[in-house]
Amino acid sequence: MTVLFFAIAAFIVIAGGIGVVAARNIVYAALSLLAVMVGTAGIFLIGLAEFLALVQLLIYGGAVVIVILFALMLTRIQDFEFLSANKHWPLALIISICFFALFLISILANRRTITEMSGIDISELGLSLFDDWAIPFELASLVLLIALIGAVVVVRRDNEENR
Amino acid sequence: MELIYFQLLAAILFCIGIYGVLARKSAVLILMSIELMLNAVNINLIGYAAFSSLGAAHKNLGQVLVIFIITIAAAELALAMAIILRLYRNKNNVNVDELDILKG
Repeated sequence: MTVLFFAIAAFIVIAGGIGVVAARNIVYAALSLLAVMVGTAGIFLIGLAEFLALVQLLIYGGAVVIVILFALMLTRIQDFEFLSANKHWPLALIISICFFALFLISILANRRTITEMSGIDISELGLSLFDDWAIPFELASLVLLIALIGAVVVVRRDNEENR
Repeated sequence: MELIYFQLLAAILFCIGIYGVLARKSAVLILMSIELMLNAVNINLIGYAAFSSLGAAHKNLGQVLVIFIITIAAAELALAMAIILRLYRNKNNVNVDELDILKG
């Protein structure tokens, strides 16, 4: 049963991923990205990471896709209406297939034998986040703050431009 | 369930992301492909966390790493979107094939 749910979620993820890289219209690509994020949240649920599935839906499904759609709104969208891959796309395909072969070899060469899954409680996760990982956690919040302030500074119009 | 399902899904998604980064022209689409690759890494980490054989002290390592990756990805996306908007305002163009002003 778990395998069936995993297969459905994996199908959504892979179909959405192909939609992102193959869509002609950039809005369809953004919506495919949303499908990938939702499918990934399903995978997280199957992997017994309930809190991360929630975070994935909130941050990626809620924030990231909306930010991308807003950016598409602010840049004139008709410029993106018809996209095409650049002329080296066969080379890109070959490179990605080579990477896949590499991953496949390394996965098959290092098969794990554990078959039972085990999750962790949200409370345990929170405790370790504020105990073992307290300094990285605070640093991550600092990085986020600086990045967002930097984004605002970069986007803001200068005074000369307004005149 | 086995770990290999997670690994295979992550590998496929990562390779789709690599193709997207290399083959698409729009900077926004390249950013989306990078998000795909980050998601692939997260799926891999969740798989390893679920099938972990580590003791109780290190059991939640994988999920903590995923939280940090999501945080950094959000910061990266905000900054990259700001740069793309700025680029569009200055050059009226986000086609990465034509943006070669740093070529010297």
